[in-house]
This record gives sequence, structure tokens and C-alpha cells, in this order.
Amino acid sequence: MKLSNALRAATALTLVAGVSQAETITIATVNNGDMIRMQGYTDDFTEKTGHEVEWVTLEENVLRQRVTTDISTNGGQFDIMTIGMYETPIWGANGWLVPLDDLSEEYDVDDILPAMRGGLSNDGTLYAAPFYGESSMVMYRTDLMEEAGLEMPEAPSWQFIREAAAAMDDPENDINGICLRGKAGWGEGGAFITVTGNSFGARWFDENWNAQFDQPNWKEALEFYVNLMNDYGPDGYATNGFNENLSLFQQGKCGMWIDATVAASFVTNPDDSTVADSVGFALAPNAEGVEKRSNWLWAWALAIPAGTQKEDAAKEFIEWATSKEYIELVAENEGWANVPPGARTSLYETPEYQEVPFAQMTLDSIHAADPTDPTVDPVPYVGIQFVAIPEFAGIATEVSQEFSAVYAGQQSIDEALEKAQAITNEAMEAAGYR
Amino acid sequence: MARAVSTQRKTLTTALAWAIGLVIFFPILWTVLTSFKTEAQAIANPPIFLNFDWTLENYAIVQERSNYMRFLWNSVILAGGSTLLGIIIAVPAAWSMAFVPSKRTKDILLWMLSTKMLPAVGVLYPIYLLFIKMGLLDSRAGMVIVLMLINLPIIVWMLYTYFREIPGEILEAARMDGATLKEELIYILTPMAIPGIASTVLLNFILAWNEAFWTLNLTAVDAAPLTAFIASYSSPEGLFFAKLSAASTMAIAPILILGWFSQKQLVRGLTFGAVK
Repeated sequence: MKLSNALRAATALTLVAGVSQAETITIATVNNGDMIRMQGYTDDFTEKTGHEVEWVTLEENVLRQRVTTDISTNGGQFDIMTIGMYETPIWGANGWLVPLDDLSEEYDVDDILPAMRGGLSNDGTLYAAPFYGESSMVMYRTDLMEEAGLEMPEAPSWQFIREAAAAMDDPENDINGICLRGKAGWGEGGAFITVTGNSFGARWFDENWNAQFDQPNWKEALEFYVNLMNDYGPDGYATNGFNENLSLFQQGKCGMWIDATVAASFVTNPDDSTVADSVGFALAPNAEGVEKRSNWLWAWALAIPAGTQKEDAAKEFIEWATSKEYIELVAENEGWANVPPGARTSLYETPEYQEVPFAQMTLDSIHAADPTDPTVDPVPYVGIQFVAIPEFAGIATEVSQEFSAVYAGQQSIDEALEKAQAITNEAMEAAGYR
Repeated sequence: MARAVSTQRKTLTTALAWAIGLVIFFPILWTVLTSFKTEAQAIANPPIFLNFDWTLENYAIVQERSNYMRFLWNSVILAGGSTLLGIIIAVPAAWSMAFVPSKRTKDILLWMLSTKMLPAVGVLYPIYLLFIKMGLLDSRAGMVIVLMLINLPIIVWMLYTYFREIPGEILEAARMDGATLKEELIYILTPMAIPGIASTVLLNFILAWNEAFWTLNLTAVDAAPLTAFIASYSSPEGLFFAKLSAASTMAIAPILILGWFSQKQLVRGLTFGAVK
């Protein structure tokens, strides 16, 4: 009798051990080049740990809605979620995410770029590990600049950008001086106009959460942007986002493009880009005399929802996917230009990576962005191209719609700013900030 | 002379019908063409129509990256299951509304339809919470029920309209011959309403196949249908239009083929009604 009990217990133990050893984790992620590449290397992870991985890949906006619904209701559908710098501090503060404060020593958490670590933490606790990070920078056509007899400084001003756009603009040959985002949406045109505002000394809120769209800096920023785009931008820029501008730039229809640093690997890839060998990079511009530049900071990061039953396996995956070894694995198979950028300091110390043309400018741009001190005047929020409060996505989407209406010529700048002011103040009042 | 005019007019209407048909079909054709281009050709400006090197590369990549058959199978089960369940519930409901209407029948019909007027996202949280409580998240059973409920008002309305055109006297005659309610429904009403039921089934199958709000929000892995398959190829940061087109073509191909073979029933059901 005792023997059979012991046998049973042993079997049960083996089973339990077996289950805890090999899990199947479900990961929700976005569809972009680096994430898809990672899915291709899942076998390496399975080989090392025994855990299987199920991927749920969704378009960014669908993903955001999907994972927000799940985590706020404790649905437990996912063991790892791919989230951004906007969600992480808010969700961390809500207690929705597992703190990543016990990662292994080999993982070397101190190697994560400080700007990324800061943006993915709440009260000093890391809640998501950056898979890749990005800032924004100027991408320009070196051949057109040369023809125009200009030289791009490493840190240009908006005034120089306008001068260069004028010189490169060539409607007869279908070349626009500059291509910029104008599409409505907080993560599209909203993000761009927010950082443009920062670089003109504007800010979303004062320290008491009062909207600041009635201040002269906002008007100056918006006027500059609209004039620049009306004079030298492509037709219909009010509906252009990242993809539309990428397509224009790759086909040689833009002299300059200021956007995410991850675009650098696309525009320099000869398979897709007709201008691959003549692209230069510079820091995102600022208005003369303003210390803040118009570069943002973003990271796609991996986080574990608090309700998961498979926390250990999920942590193992995060350590694998955001490790130095993973970067080496990709570099070995696909070259250094294709490794996920912007997450680890050690990557930028690798001699082979330093030879990648956009590596240094990406790092400089990330260093130039400080989410805890994003504007000239003090603000009560964290975030550069966004304000890390739950209400922001809704407010900024509405505000960016008003701005896009200006770009499309449907209303004046004054009207848009007045509406933006009212929308923001009303929403903040309703949310109890004011 | 009169005949010449009518031929001319006939030609004109035919040409117009073809033109409208082509305009409606063009986006699908463009998607199919794009799926055979490289990513660079897919975004070329001016666009390339036919003069490109046709490649199957996108299909190979999509096949490699996603388990197409799993998504397809889920789509078939969700669309088929929800339509079948919907018909089983809607036939008796439409029968009672068409042949034994009460004072409130019209109101009930309108009330049923009014549920379609609420934006789906408005009830996302309640439904999500219900699904968590009942353990139905990412399950085919849960999705069949949700899709059935979404389409039920349309099924009832369509069947009600068809049934209304069947003379009540025929059913009365059957009753006088001693048919029970069940026999009346199965042997008299259903055969007469077959074209109507067939077009309702087809239309609802297509609606359920294409449903892309609930199928995206309530599924993850096990019950994810082809809508989730397409959504995994859409990207706001990166130009993957050729791959997206290949995925879209693979997702719409089965329903397109089904529609092609059943267009006669579909058109007859939609235009003629039951016994005319």
C-alpha cells in the first residue's frame, strides 16, 4: 500500500515537473520586420528551454485594443504582450504587469539604454524589456543636397531644413523638398506635431494640467509646419503617415524625410529602395535658440500580464528575446544591419555594428531624447511624443484630427488651436485633473 | 425600328452593367495582382498593372509564416456553425411572425433590428467579461454563439419576408389535412421557402466569414479565423502590401469560389422571393 502511494506521488511529481518544464506560451505582437524575424528564430528558444511559443500577430492598433481589453479584464489570453512606451508606465502603475526586477545576472539589465529603461519603468521598477527602440531623425538625399550646393549639419535647425527643402524641391521631376507625417491619429501625425511643438518651446500642459494650445509657441510651430509642407511637401500630405512617406522616399520623391530611426534600414535596403546608396542622416531639427530637439523616443517592449499562469516561462522568453545572444544570433545569420536596434548599450560598442551607416545617428538621437524632461518649460508628465496618462490617446487623436483638417485646408490654424484647447481642457476636467 | 432602339438600349445597359461590375471588382483584382508582385513593385508609382515579373514568393512566405489551414478551418466552422444555428432558431421565429402575428410582432421585428444599430465596441467589455466568466474566450463554441447572435436579426428578417409571400391558405390546407405544426414546418413551409432559405444561408455565411470585430477581439490562437490571419499581415510601420495582398487573396478565395458557384441561388433568392 505504502509502495503504491509512493509510486503515485512519484508519478504526480514527475508530471508536475514535466508540466513546469515545458509550457506553451502565447505571445501577442505587432507586425513589423524585427518582430517577424524573431518569430523565425523561435526554434532556437524552444531548443534551449523546451517551451513552445504560439504567436498572435496583429496590426498595431488592433493589437492595442486587443491587449488592453484583455489585461484590463484579467482575461488571461496572453502570457507576453508586446506593448510600447506609452502603455508600460501606466499599466505598471495599475498593477497589471509583472515587475521585471529579478532578471538573471547574465541578462545584464544595466546594459539596457538608460533612456529606454527610464521610459519602460514606473517608480524605478522595470515593467517591460525593450525588444527594439527608436528615436526620430532627418533622412536626406545626399545627391540632391550636393546638387543644391548645401551641406547638412549634424544638428540642423528648422530654418536650415526649410532652406534645404526649398533648394531640393523640384516639382518638374516630381521631387518634393520634404515629406512629413500629417495623418490624424495620436501615434501618427499627432506624434510628429507634438515633437515639432517641443522643438518650438511648446508643451501640452502646464504644471497644473492646463492645456497650452493658446500659447504663441504652438501657433508658431503649427504655422511653420503648415507653410513648410504647403510650399515644399507632397500633395495630400494631410493623409500621409509613416508608410506613405516611406513609399515616397524609397521611390526618390522626397529630398528629406524626418521620421522614425527604424526607417533607416528600409531606405538603405537596395531591394526596396531606389535611393539606397544616397541617404544621409542628421539629428531631428529644432527652432533656432530652443534647446529641445524634435526627436521622439519609442520602444516596442515585451511585458508579462499579471494574471498569467506561466510567469517563469514568459520570463525565460523575455530574457532570450531581448538578450545580447539574440542580437548575435541575428547578426550571424542576417548581418548586423538587421539586428533589433536601440535597446542595448553593448550593441553600439560592437565594432561591426559601428560600421552600419545609421548606427551612430540612431544612438545619438536616442541619447538626445529625455522622456522625463521633454519640453523647455516644466511639465507634469513623462513622455516626449505623448503624455503618459490613460486619457492622452483619446484626446490626442481628436486634437490631431483638428490639425489634419488644417493641413487639408478645411480650417484655419487659429480655429484648430482654439478647438484643441477646448477639447483638451474639457477632457482633463472630466477626468479630474483640473 | 423599335426593335433596333431596344437592341441599342440593351447593349448600352449591358455595357453599363459591365462597367459598374468592373469598378466594384477592381479592388479585388488589384489585390490579386499585387499578391504576385514584389514589395517594391507593389508600391511603384505610377502603378504597374500587368507588366511585371510574376512571383509566387509572397504566397511562399505567407505559407511559411502562418498556419493557413488552421485559420481556414476555423472560418469554416465559425461561419457554418453560426449560420446553421441561426437558421434553426430563425425558421420557427419567422414562421410565427409571418403566419400568427400578434399586436407586437412589428415592434419585435424592429427591436431585433435595433440591436444592429449599436456600435459593436459599445458592448465589447460586457461580452468579454461574460466570455471570461463562462470560459468561452478563444473557443469555437463561443464564437459560433456570438456570430449567430449578431446575424440573427438579419436571418429572421429575411426569412420573415420570404415567408410572408407564401399564401397562408396553403398552410391552412395542410392543417386541414391533419398536418402537425412540425410537419407543416418541415414538409410544407420549408420546401416552398427553399430558395429564400438558401439565399439567407449564403448571405449569412458570407457575413459571418467576413466578420472582423468579434473574431479579432475574442480569439487568440485556437479559434482565430481568417480575419485574424489577414490582420497579422497589416502593418502601419513597414511596407508589406504584397504579402498582405497574398494573405487577403488566400482569405477571400474560398468564399469567392463559393459565391461564384451559388450565384444563381443567391440572385434568385434575393430578387424573386419564395413562390412567385
